[in-house]
Amino acid sequence: MLTEPLFSIPASEGRETVTIIFDDQAVTAPAGISVAAALLVAGASDFRTSIVGHEPRAPYCMMGVCFECLVEIDGVPARQSCLVPVKDGMIVRRQQGAVSLPDSEIGDGR
Amino acid sequence: MNVETTDLAIIGAGPAGLAAACEARTLGLSVTVLDEQSAVGGQIYRNVVSAPRARSAILGPDYSAGAELVSAFASSGALHLDSAVVWNVATDGTIDYIREGRTRKLSGKYVLLASGAMERPFPIEGWTLPGVMGAGAAQILLKSAGALPREPVVLAGCGPLLYLLGWQYLRAGARIAALVDTTATSDYVRASRHLMGALRSWKELRKGLGLIAALRRSNIALYSGCSDLRAEGTCKVEALAFRQDGRSVRIPTSLLLVHQGVVPNTQLSWSVKAEHRWNKAQLCWEPVTDIWGRLGETALYVAGDSRSIVGAQASAVQGRLAALSIGNRLGVLPDITIRAAPYLESLKRYTAIRPFLDALYRPKDENRVPVSDKVVVCRCEEVTAGQIRRFVGLGCQGPNQTKAFGRCGMGPCQGRFCGLTVTETIARERQLEPADVGYYRIRPPIKPVLLGDFVE
Amino acid sequence: MSDRMIVIGGGLVGAAVAFGAAREGLGVCVLDQGDSAFRASRGNFGLVWVSSKGAEMPRYAAWSRDALKLWPDLQRELQELTGVDSGLRQVGGFWLGFSDKEMKARYELLSGISRAVDGIPFRMMEPSELRHYLPGLGPKVAGGSFCELDGDANPLMLLRALHSGLIEKGADIVSNVDVVQVRYDQSNGVFEAVAADGQRWQAERLVLAAGLGNARLAPQVGLQAPVKPSRGQVLITERLQPFLHYPMNKLRQTVEGSVQIGSSSEDVGFDDGTTPDVIEWQVKRAVAAFPALAKARLVRAWGALRPLAPDAYPIYEESESCPGAFVVTSHSGVTLAAAHCYVIGPWAAGLSQTPPDFADFSAERFRDPNKSFSHAH
Repeated sequence: MLTEPLFSIPASEGRETVTIIFDDQAVTAPAGISVAAALLVAGASDFRTSIVGHEPRAPYCMMGVCFECLVEIDGVPARQSCLVPVKDGMIVRRQQGAVSLPDSEIGDGR
Repeated sequence: MNVETTDLAIIGAGPAGLAAACEARTLGLSVTVLDEQSAVGGQIYRNVVSAPRARSAILGPDYSAGAELVSAFASSGALHLDSAVVWNVATDGTIDYIREGRTRKLSGKYVLLASGAMERPFPIEGWTLPGVMGAGAAQILLKSAGALPREPVVLAGCGPLLYLLGWQYLRAGARIAALVDTTATSDYVRASRHLMGALRSWKELRKGLGLIAALRRSNIALYSGCSDLRAEGTCKVEALAFRQDGRSVRIPTSLLLVHQGVVPNTQLSWSVKAEHRWNKAQLCWEPVTDIWGRLGETALYVAGDSRSIVGAQASAVQGRLAALSIGNRLGVLPDITIRAAPYLESLKRYTAIRPFLDALYRPKDENRVPVSDKVVVCRCEEVTAGQIRRFVGLGCQGPNQTKAFGRCGMGPCQGRFCGLTVTETIARERQLEPADVGYYRIRPPIKPVLLGDFVE
Repeated sequence: MSDRMIVIGGGLVGAAVAFGAAREGLGVCVLDQGDSAFRASRGNFGLVWVSSKGAEMPRYAAWSRDALKLWPDLQRELQELTGVDSGLRQVGGFWLGFSDKEMKARYELLSGISRAVDGIPFRMMEPSELRHYLPGLGPKVAGGSFCELDGDANPLMLLRALHSGLIEKGADIVSNVDVVQVRYDQSNGVFEAVAADGQRWQAERLVLAAGLGNARLAPQVGLQAPVKPSRGQVLITERLQPFLHYPMNKLRQTVEGSVQIGSSSEDVGFDDGTTPDVIEWQVKRAVAAFPALAKARLVRAWGALRPLAPDAYPIYEESESCPGAFVVTSHSGVTLAAAHCYVIGPWAAGLSQTPPDFADFSAERFRDPNKSFSHAH
């Protein structure tokens, strides 16, 4: 779910944009910025829920050390969205608690 | 596996790494720089080449100065491997890293660890709520994306970066609801002893005073000597609560940016079992090196903020000195003294201000060792200060035992964000110095690695 | 009143023996090392396992089998006493083979043990049957074996539970102690342990459970423990949603959700580091077993040193020349935890007779100069 964003990019920064899909919603972002930055500017107030307490979490450090910004990107879970530049058509998903391996590969294992 | 070789492999493309690469290239050494980001510059000069002019103007001249180093690096002939995640370093100079979805090896005759600094954790109640971020993180958003807070923001804590960000926000027209400073009068008294020394870095000092003066002139609400900081909210931050002069203050906000200085990112040097000492002035660990940055009798050097917090300019100089020493060892620079002398001089000048800054912006005890048992220390595994103290009661002597007993430090951040807090909490509880308590045994992988990256 | 028993070593072995004595009311003092000790306990893979154990020593196979039967009591007792869950899960366990040759060797190994010792059943399985229990198994798996007795536990929680239990039972745990000498006074039958910093402790009974440290200490009280380090590297992933419901000998998902991959056996002296080649090899095998793991992340790798006797079997022995001194050495601190607690503890405390056929575990077996040992533990 997207809400009022905490950050915005002034129009004066105008440049080429890309569109990514975040939990089935299209999000437009300037090319070249990180997925984490794109999601914050789009109004993603949380990126995942924590593994133990299932509390909402969002980026803290933006430089690859805190691991709070983990999301699934193009089917690969637990990627550090602050280190991945946006690409047109990227599919990004929130993570609920621990990573879930694909059903297609583990069948009814869970 | 195919192993690439190089004279000097550098991990980190910030000021230390870039300057070392440039210097080593002038000596004719082959250089490969591995960096996790997609562009060089580190955090301090992040995006410096491609940032639009208006943004650079907001960020100020110290930021723009990085462009010179970045372009010197671009034409130096050093090989730059971007988006490269190093997961193992050996003392003989072998590096394992992931790039483009598979693990690779690089063997350096020498390796320079230049992984820089990270913001010191700020473990207070509510610091895990969405909307609480490091001030450094917000500055990265500004540098890399031009992003500014939409609503009035609260800045809290202490240290040059906090005031710099405030100043940059003012220039950009972003609204600041309050600057909540934890620096107390006693800090100024303590720091004044180091003022004479700091005057040798008078340019830096003047810049810093200028920032603070600009913030004071701006009519934003400034609170100083604040304590008992607490982020309030349920699903996201709603307010910062604190005490000042015996009264309680609560400032509603949707974005709380906290900061209390930066600390060396020492994962790499710990992972090779290098000796580290506790820096009592900076309250953090630093690897023990010779004056050139070499770690014992290994093929590894450390330069810049990952060795000890010295700032961007001194980091670059340390990078150059390490490169000279490596050139000397490889026989391309028989006499190191002449070339090193001016660098050693400027290093003294750049670092003269540090004792003053360290004393003035010494993070408060209560913001490093949580008073409340409820405060989350390990964000990944959600372990609280109270749990750590209980494990000490059960006989745990140090962070490796509390880790085994309660999983503190076992999450994806691999202890980066809880390590200092855990060491200091145990030290306080056992009434010892942090040096006597020790640190996590950091092991490879230095960063989490996708298992699929090992498979062809 | 002075302590009646000193236990040197506060790892899984020492803590279990000490708890076994303390719960009988004995005054126990555990001398433990500090935060950065070698501590095989922290690198234990966590299996509670009998399959394939004791091929050359039936007494060991039977000992492991009996230890598994005692485990539920230990789990319950520690949970009730301390509130700490040791994570025991006895649902049966699998071994996976990647070739017909491995399958054949496994069958021969397990049938040999089964013939020699009662009550260690096993079943060989084709991949199709394995998938019934282990969905997601990769095409490279040639088959496997299953033993209903096998299972796993959480070694770190077990250690914490034992330490908490010791405190509950009034035992002393002294940390940061490096014992360099043990002495026996014939005149009054009192043992003394001396630490590097000069501290001393005295008691009527002495248990050496110092892992690799036993090699040096045992001869000082008329015992032997010719143990050498065998390094095991263990890999641990981030936490994942549960998908592996049975432990395997080289792969298991913990209750917290992380998947452990292990464990190598390397003869590299006292180096407890990790190496990229072993990490890579172990990852490849794990992904071959369960291809979905390609999307999981390796968060930690661990190197730990097992204290291995020349034949990899335990040493349990009371000193003849210094009665009241015992050596206890095993690298299976989790599997054998309940036996160490309920059998070795009272024996070392002098409250029970020597268990039957324990001569098999004496270090006497290493005194034959013509005997050579191999170990495939």
